[in-house]
Amino acid sequence: MQQLIHVEHLVKHYSGRNVLGSGEVVSALNDISLSVAPGKTLALVGESGSGKSTLALCLAALERPTSGRIWFGRSDIVAVDEKQLRAVRPQIQLVFQDPSRSLNPRFTVLEILTEPLVVQRKCGKRETLDRAFTLVERVGLSPEMANRRSGELSGGQKQRLAIARALALAPKLLILDEALSALDCSVQAQIANLLMELQSSFALTYIFITHDLAMAAHLGDEVAVLDRGRVVEQGVPEKVLRAPEHESTRRLVAALPESIVTPRSPRVF
Amino acid sequence: MSALEVRNLHVTYFSHGGVSSSAIVDVSFEISPGEILGVLGESGSGKSTLAASLLCLLPRNGKIRQGSILFEGRDILQASHRELESIRGRRIALINQEPSAALHPTMRAGNQVSEVLIAHGYLNKKTRRERVHQVLAAVFPSEAERISDSYPHQLSGGQRQRVLIAQAIACAPSLIVADEPTASLDPSTQREILSVFQSLRQKLGLAIILITHNPLLLAGLADRVLVLYAGRVAEIGPTENVLSSPQHPYTRDLLRCLPPIPYATDEISRKTKLPVISGVSPNPASLAEGCRFEPRCTDRFEACGKREPAAVSLSEGHTVSCFKFGG
Repeated sequence: MQQLIHVEHLVKHYSGRNVLGSGEVVSALNDISLSVAPGKTLALVGESGSGKSTLALCLAALERPTSGRIWFGRSDIVAVDEKQLRAVRPQIQLVFQDPSRSLNPRFTVLEILTEPLVVQRKCGKRETLDRAFTLVERVGLSPEMANRRSGELSGGQKQRLAIARALALAPKLLILDEALSALDCSVQAQIANLLMELQSSFALTYIFITHDLAMAAHLGDEVAVLDRGRVVEQGVPEKVLRAPEHESTRRLVAALPESIVTPRSPRVF
Repeated sequence: MSALEVRNLHVTYFSHGGVSSSAIVDVSFEISPGEILGVLGESGSGKSTLAASLLCLLPRNGKIRQGSILFEGRDILQASHRELESIRGRRIALINQEPSAALHPTMRAGNQVSEVLIAHGYLNKKTRRERVHQVLAAVFPSEAERISDSYPHQLSGGQRQRVLIAQAIACAPSLIVADEPTASLDPSTQREILSVFQSLRQKLGLAIILITHNPLLLAGLADRVLVLYAGRVAEIGPTENVLSSPQHPYTRDLLRCLPPIPYATDEISRKTKLPVISGVSPNPASLAEGCRFEPRCTDRFEACGKREPAAVSLSEGHTVSCFKFGG
């Protein structure tokens, strides 16, 4: 099957230069290869500093890799120039961890949702507004909220708005960089459900970056474990979590609490 | 004797327009020396207000309307400004969420621990140096020296949080209030920090109030859990009871929201819809009559909308505020 995104031997170095011009090279990503099929979710897990967010930035073409290829559809987004990238960018969108920082608090919900359409000169004024209202409803916000400023929304509502903005340009790939981590448990479940719903109705492909192993296993069709810039383990969630092969995966699994028994069925009183 | 006893605490915030909202309503609990009490609550449940009240550190528009906080035989709410200064940081220490914001960026870690000692009158330089070494060694068994000479930017998130813990225990307090101490850390580091708390309570007999929104952190760590919903205690009891067989509908529904831990389940429930709690947390400024969870509760009946339920004791130390049990 044709992959939506296919990464080959991706390397990213940052030069940690000090004032004297000398310094060491930090290699954030070391020979990463992975691919995601259309409509599927790849969950990327790893400890802090394992390179998850650098990978997200490279995949979204916001950071130039040092070497390697990123095939998105038919084009290699590492090789193409900025002009050609303009055509690719709308198809890859990002959702970040903290919606309070990724949304302008003074913008209204409508302003936030119409901005990408205006920037990309997608459609006329009338249609832009129509699309924005459709998005508002699609992510479970009420139309009355359309003229509220994003700063007035709750954490869960803000993250819904951030997802709606990411969907505005009808992307194929959504990169969710710790998109649930800043939310309360009950809100996390609501947003996770929303993501699954949107995936099936729009055939979206997700790269879900998280350090929550349980959520990664629940949402992911595959889980890839990152450790010091390398993919050290990849496979279906059951395999990776129940029979972890790499030390780093074992550490993550060991951090899951053992003693809680989650009540799945209602108790009878 | 308990390390801290909170009785019928009420905290209200006043806004410019004269609107008052009650953030904490009739909260009572106690904690014994060497005990870890987990306070579980979501955004807006009043958990940080509770932490601030325990040290009389509420912002100016927050007022403690009623109640008492008994610590070491006296009521903190009656204490003078001077007395409070000698309690804060010395007898009760507070650890906040963001370790990078709580540390001075251009001071070495050791000096920052030392500063706490200076503030509380440890004037002898030599004793201070020894004490700094001692507390850093308690949280960094192998590399206390190196950490002491490091600046915060040279330390990882977990190491910074340990430095904060070292500051907290520097004056040998009897109670630590930790407000989301691991929220910004990754899970393996979270576990490490929690095990530091675990060993401190064993070695030093510290009482620890651990405030979090994540029930999983409390499993296997806290002795008892207090569940806060919209400023009220929904349920309080031994951790096994509260987390494994929650009685309050809110606690039960909250725990159901968590994705199943994959190695613990036999059936794979991948990509299935997670159970959610419908609706949103109430706005404390405009509360309706009745139980605060009533609008979202799937078990509600007539009585729930009329008044707030009273706490009912179900078993030794396990109390629930819900009409299902009488209320």
